[in-house]
Amino acid sequence: MDLRVRPRQTRTDSEVHPTKSMNTAIEETVNALRAAFGDLPASEFRGDTRVVVSAEKIYDVLELLKERHGFDLLIDITCVDYLNYPGTKDRFGLVYLLAGTVANQRLTIRAFINEPEPAVRSVVSLWEGANWLEREVWDMFGIQFEGHPDLRRILMPEEFTAFPLRKDYPLQGLGERHNFPVLKRGES
Amino acid sequence: MPLTLSELADDHAQDGGQPYLWTMNFGPQHPATHTTLRLVLKLDGERVADAIPDIGFLHSGFEKIGESLDFNQYVTVTDRMNYISPMSNNVAWHVAVEKLLGIEVTPRCSYIRTIISELMRISDHLLCLGAMGLDVGAVTHFMYAFNAREPIYEIAEALCGARFTNSYTRVGGVMRDITPLVVKLIREFLVELPPVMNDLDRLMGRNRIFVDRMQGVGVLTEEEAINRSCSGPIARASGVVRDLRRDEPYLSYADFDFQVCCAREGDCLARYHVRMAEMQESLKIIRQAVENIPQGPVNVGPDQRSILPPPGKVWTTIEGLISHFEIVMPNRGMSVPNEEVYCATEAPNGELGFYIVGDGSPRAYRARCRPPSFIHFAMFPHLIRGHTLSDVVAVLGSLNIIAAELDR
Repeated sequence: MDLRVRPRQTRTDSEVHPTKSMNTAIEETVNALRAAFGDLPASEFRGDTRVVVSAEKIYDVLELLKERHGFDLLIDITCVDYLNYPGTKDRFGLVYLLAGTVANQRLTIRAFINEPEPAVRSVVSLWEGANWLEREVWDMFGIQFEGHPDLRRILMPEEFTAFPLRKDYPLQGLGERHNFPVLKRGES
Repeated sequence: MPLTLSELADDHAQDGGQPYLWTMNFGPQHPATHTTLRLVLKLDGERVADAIPDIGFLHSGFEKIGESLDFNQYVTVTDRMNYISPMSNNVAWHVAVEKLLGIEVTPRCSYIRTIISELMRISDHLLCLGAMGLDVGAVTHFMYAFNAREPIYEIAEALCGARFTNSYTRVGGVMRDITPLVVKLIREFLVELPPVMNDLDRLMGRNRIFVDRMQGVGVLTEEEAINRSCSGPIARASGVVRDLRRDEPYLSYADFDFQVCCAREGDCLARYHVRMAEMQESLKIIRQAVENIPQGPVNVGPDQRSILPPPGKVWTTIEGLISHFEIVMPNRGMSVPNEEVYCATEAPNGELGFYIVGDGSPRAYRARCRPPSFIHFAMFPHLIRGHTLSDVVAVLGSLNIIAAELDR
């Protein structure tokens, strides 16, 4: 059994304060993105850098980040429903959290999409790990991922019709719990 | 063409030229699934040709609930996610909330949180290792491991009164300060655990049956581990040298000397060994932390307007009562920015992060949890394809799937 234990190296300043030297590297990445995709709004909050891209370009942006800029780890895909959020005009905000395992940096990519047909291109062909994450977003928010190999409900039952994490879905539900199909003994 | 559950239910579905394949249902009530999760297996004799996970039996809408409970109340729900290591979830939630609110906790608080996170890591790994043995038939191993977890429950009880669902942290601090009794219990635990771990290792580490069942089963290469978003001990067993405690030191991890435990094989045995080695490192961290807990206040000052005053003060003084009301009433207590943060911690199972959207109210507008179990279970079909039916439980055990966290 080769139990490789990496000895602790002396900590450099960038390791203790990862945001310090990270910012320049992240800035370069953001500039490269801007060079390729036009002027993208970027902001920083508490050390997180967020870049907003348009929903049509999300696949190309993520592909570029993965192939060229070392963001090889997809941490999470999630969504926020901005229905009642102060000062927003878009309905859904998709969030892609990326990380680089080599350079140890993080970047958040956001894209806004709207009804009636919220849809975006799937990134399963880039990361296998996106499969269930996109299924969960579909299940909870009803956002279509085009090109997803298996876009089914994952947490809710198959016959469920609503999208529970949307803000117009009440906390107590719409009575689905009382109307589940019941299978009687002998019918099975 | 993906293999779906509804297709399987149809007897005359296309069998892809393999009409001899069996369909077998595994779970949701099966001792080796640990909790409620279901697998539909396609078997070729004893080989697993394909597996389709069917999850959601324990889905209780934790993220939806998070939108109607305030930052302090929601900690009780995080307990129920990974109930093997509840305080790790408490810490993960409140570290994320404090990042959103911009609160810096006191050194004493951050040491206490580090200690409990590491205790929870040991607790989680002990259960996982014990269950790995149990699943392949070694009941004694499970008893040894489970018995060793008892002192951790005792410590939790002395620390906050609850053994199982602790809800120990608060915004800007913890529920109660650490007491000399807790320190004594932790010191005793530090002495008691190493011999038990020796026993466990001697019992299983080189056991012929165990090694044969684990070695070369469920192999995950480094590229696959990264491509499938793995984290924590599972990624490290595949050679991904990534540990948030070292890479993005949160709490007080930057103060301690510890090593990141990795293996190259990526099979079930490697995961076993990585978890075993990580427990040693956790003991090392606790040993350093418990002897160096800084003096001073445990919670942030009242001027930050984020920590609830102790109950005694609320009941006996008017100032305490007023500050309690100020915090629990909407629009008066914490000032929440209209911003979004993601903050990750290294939970026992992998990267546990919360994506929190604040909208000015003391409730999260969106409280997304990035559950490690969900992401690890997604690759289960990939790991089990081609192995035998009896390996299903070995791989399940080595991934340490906690269904409550999987479904939330």
